[in-house]
Amino acid sequence: MDWSPLWISLATSVCATAITMVAGLAAAAWRERRQGPGIAVMDAILVLPLVLPPTVLGFLLLLLFGRNGPLGKLLLALGASVVFSWPATVIAASVVAFPLMYVTARAALEQVDRRYYEAARTLGASEWRVLREVAFPLAWPGILAGTILSFARALGEFGATLMLAGDIPGKTETIPLAIYFAVESDEFRRAAAWCAVDIGISILLLGALYYWTHAQGSRRAAWARR
Amino acid sequence: MALEIQIEKRLRAFTLDISFSAAEEPLAILGPSGAGKTMLLRCIAGLERPDRGRIQLNGRSLYDSDQRVQLAPRERRIGMLFQQYALFPHRTVTENIGFGLRALSAAERNPRVTELTKRAHLEGLEARYPGELSGGEQQRAALARALAIEPEALLLDEPLSALDTHLRSQVEILLQETFAKYRRPAILVTHNMEEAYRLCSRLVVLSRGRVAAAGEKETIFRHPPTLEVARLTGCKNFSRARIVADHVVGATDWGCRLRVEQSLARPPAYVGIRAHHIGFAEAAVPGSSAENAFPCRLLNSSETPFRMTLFLRLENGPGDPGAPHLQVEIFKEKWERLRASPEPWHVQLSPESLFLLAE
Repeated sequence: MDWSPLWISLATSVCATAITMVAGLAAAAWRERRQGPGIAVMDAILVLPLVLPPTVLGFLLLLLFGRNGPLGKLLLALGASVVFSWPATVIAASVVAFPLMYVTARAALEQVDRRYYEAARTLGASEWRVLREVAFPLAWPGILAGTILSFARALGEFGATLMLAGDIPGKTETIPLAIYFAVESDEFRRAAAWCAVDIGISILLLGALYYWTHAQGSRRAAWARR
Repeated sequence: MALEIQIEKRLRAFTLDISFSAAEEPLAILGPSGAGKTMLLRCIAGLERPDRGRIQLNGRSLYDSDQRVQLAPRERRIGMLFQQYALFPHRTVTENIGFGLRALSAAERNPRVTELTKRAHLEGLEARYPGELSGGEQQRAALARALAIEPEALLLDEPLSALDTHLRSQVEILLQETFAKYRRPAILVTHNMEEAYRLCSRLVVLSRGRVAAAGEKETIFRHPPTLEVARLTGCKNFSRARIVADHVVGATDWGCRLRVEQSLARPPAYVGIRAHHIGFAEAAVPGSSAENAFPCRLLNSSETPFRMTLFLRLENGPGDPGAPHLQVEIFKEKWERLRASPEPWHVQLSPESLFLLAE
């Protein structure tokens, strides 16, 4: 059996989660410090990928990264093309997973009492230090949940990936694509095997999520949760 | 060493319009909840931005609306003690105290943290998390953390209000020690007049965003300038008043004439006396001419462990016969003696205890 979909899926999900985590935290931290009518519009745009069908997202990404798209042209001038390449799977997965990270991290940061930030500021901490040493650690359970949800979403991504990256075995064929095309070509046992792999990974992720947010018995975790 | 404040900030219910200065001795801001006390501290610390004005600390401009100066909280070097301590729950006592000393090397930081821990009587609790400390210990750790940065001024927002009586006096002693040693501007915000009196030498009374009185605490407590300040400093007995003769006022709500020692430049609007300054003329011999003594009747009383609060009605006083004119506080021993003496009792409002109040 060709194991390449597993490695492609894992590599794609890890990269997409890393990108999502940085972008989602930055957006959530930025959003958390601002208010006003413009913010609601901004919020809607950032959460949109969560409610749009993945095929719509895939189509929009094609417009953006395609030969005649603004980013596609730019990349072409630099001698690169994203469509139907491995980076396309990462882009598709990142866009789809981003809102989960953003929404969860934002909710977690909103839960943190403002006075901790204010105390840190009066003690001479820079805004970056307030985020890194006060906000993120106190919002950690929520941030972790967002990360794991993003990873799971990236791992399961199908529609946008197919539109932007296509199905190239050994290059862009992730597990969900492998399952779909296995069924298409009547390779029922192969489809079932990949389904089993996917279910296994999902169970592992949910277990990790539970362990880190609930079962971790350290005093620090207990007091931080209060 | 001085902190000078002159700020305006529009709030929802009123406008904060305050100016005062604090030197080396501790100053208490006294006022009811919602008078703008916490907002004032937050403006000084840089956590809120005033609409107009100036804040200067030792000649350094922290905020100046004309010069467009607004220093960030981290640049102000002001220690702030929050109402609910605001210790970082994910950091130990030692890490909390050392939080502001990041710029120092471990070799410089550690002895200072040890010293602060000792002064706050937190030895043995260094590795605990805030959630594992009592309220008093948390407040002591928060004080040590605020003092660690050697702030040029110290702001304390109701530091004792969340503590029970026993812990309160412990923390109070630590605050007294700190103030005695610290010799820099310290501002304590409180709604508790006794706390303000015990801890601070100077007082600013705040009411709806404005300074109602400012000065030495003894002066303000002995001669509150207005009815409002008298109320805020705990005075319970007032009557409308008009001048009848030199040092004699007619107390309209009590239906009597009173000799007073104090004289005011402006005609007084009220006369007042504190509940524990009211005495009883011991030998109520008919025809005796005890000064400012009037026959009275007991309407109601309430008992505390060591004192009695009596609600009295003056025999010839005006108004609803069920409503008391005076609230009196006396010690239990005195109450026992009074109870044994025949009625009617005679309350005595001695001239040196009465004060005259402007509108």
